[in-house]
Amino acid sequence: MSTLDFSTTIGNAWFPAPTFTASGCASSGRELAQFFPLRDMGGVVTKSVMSKVRPGRPTPRMAETPSGMLNSIGLQGPGIDAFLAKDVPYLVEQKARVIVSIAGETIEEYSTLARKLRAVSGISAIEVNISCPNVENRGLVFACDPEASRRVIDGVRRTIGGELPIIAKLSPDVTDIVSIAKGVVDAGADGLALINTVLGMVINVDTMRPHLGGKTGGLSGPAIRPIAVRAVYQVHAALPHTPILGMGGIASGKDALEMILAGASGVSIGTASFGNPTAIMSIQSELKQLLLDRGFTSLKQAVGFAHRPLEGE
Amino acid sequence: MVQINKAAKQLLAPIVSNKKVGQYHQIIINIGDVAASCKPGNFVAISVGGDSSRMVLRRAFAISRVSTSTTVGGTMELIVAPHGQGSKWLCAQSEGVVLDLVAPLGTAFGIPTEPVPVLLVGGGYGSAPLFGLAELLNSRGCRVDMLLGASTGSKIYAPMEGKRAVNSMRIYTEDGSMGSAGRVTDPIPEIIKDLNVAVIYSCGPMPMLAAITKISNEFDVVHQCAVEESMACGIGICMTCVLPVENEDGSVSMLRSCIDGPVMDGSKVQWDQVGQQL
Repeated sequence: MSTLDFSTTIGNAWFPAPTFTASGCASSGRELAQFFPLRDMGGVVTKSVMSKVRPGRPTPRMAETPSGMLNSIGLQGPGIDAFLAKDVPYLVEQKARVIVSIAGETIEEYSTLARKLRAVSGISAIEVNISCPNVENRGLVFACDPEASRRVIDGVRRTIGGELPIIAKLSPDVTDIVSIAKGVVDAGADGLALINTVLGMVINVDTMRPHLGGKTGGLSGPAIRPIAVRAVYQVHAALPHTPILGMGGIASGKDALEMILAGASGVSIGTASFGNPTAIMSIQSELKQLLLDRGFTSLKQAVGFAHRPLEGE
Repeated sequence: MVQINKAAKQLLAPIVSNKKVGQYHQIIINIGDVAASCKPGNFVAISVGGDSSRMVLRRAFAISRVSTSTTVGGTMELIVAPHGQGSKWLCAQSEGVVLDLVAPLGTAFGIPTEPVPVLLVGGGYGSAPLFGLAELLNSRGCRVDMLLGASTGSKIYAPMEGKRAVNSMRIYTEDGSMGSAGRVTDPIPEIIKDLNVAVIYSCGPMPMLAAITKISNEFDVVHQCAVEESMACGIGICMTCVLPVENEDGSVSMLRSCIDGPVMDGSKVQWDQVGQQL
């Protein structure tokens, strides 16, 4: 019976499995607890939280598309104080490993959020979501601008010091994702989350207007998986020592393996959980088996394996 | 805090029968012990399209009735209108096909502690879950009257046996092709006064629920309505199915119709703000 070291690390944070929820796709984790113990996956990445209560965008907020969906939630949430009072203690009590995702409208808001997280126990890492597409002003998508991205991460790094690993969540809607990735890593990010949703639109042919209340939305699901695999591959090639959480349409163990071979140290599952509340558990066990079948004795051996030189080179 | 999705189970459940009833399909599914935890108002989320489906999201259907005493074990009944890709797929599945489903989900209709007169109002196939509810209310000694409405007669869902548990059933169609011509909301004020109705239960399109709320507010009658918003997950993780609902302190929050609903207090839903930016 061969054994497999399934663990992964991001900065100084260790996780027993490389499987995570994707921010915005598991609310704060509580909803999934009826279907499997939250501690059985690598970790919960919570829905990106902002400083204040936020109602989010008007409905309709959703449109199913071939092998995917558009969402236009607009960062609805309880605000950081209520989140820290209610949601984090629950996850800690469940013995889940927690990555808190934060989002801000300004560079200062990100630093303020980071300051509130600094003293909270039970958090393994912070995801800095600089790429939510569902904001009124596209100019506020920091991840579309190398300088703005760098400044957000720099502010968070200075605020929390060297203690908690920082994961920067990037958008695929840029000309050169590698240069954005390099910028945030230079500014102090320990890891990268690739990719956020892809900006899209559906027009209702009966009303002959955009279907979503917010007009545009983020495309997720298997439809975007090749974009995600490409982004992870490119960034891993340029930054081979930076851990990447790969996400974008992962729905099976095979999809997860593809992302790991491209260079991801872990995977996040989002839209697949909407279609199947136990998706993360099946993906996890399928991935384990696929790694064993290929003779790997640790997950780490498989990370970026698609980049190895051709035999004879 | 109450645990979310507390009774929900994911299971593989075979179709026992699938019959066309007028414009709708009556689908019976064997769900075993899960039937015992389903209450009127709850819904089920079903995977559609098979293994290679390009439809990545589950479809939510109101559970119209459950039976815990059939020869095949516990069953649930769904009344499905084949109008979207997912519901068309489901209606095309025959006996023996195994479905991946999650149930029961969402809130249930509250049952009065006293045997008071109640009015049930259904729009289109939204009437389906009201028949199971009528049986329950009837068994608790409530006087149950029912109003069904639709644009046209073929869209009325009213099974013969559904009349057993109700004191009266009146049908309204906008084109007058069945029952009386008019809207199902037209006779409500009179019925409230005549029968001293204490609770209105409703299920159907959102404009109907909004119109009933206006009347129930005016007469100070409790209105429990089952809302319908498009959902991606059905279990509270996607935040797409939200509705503006008034909180205890008077503020308004976007609540999820999958876990804070589908049954909501009609007087708290801010119907005018549905689809608006809060």
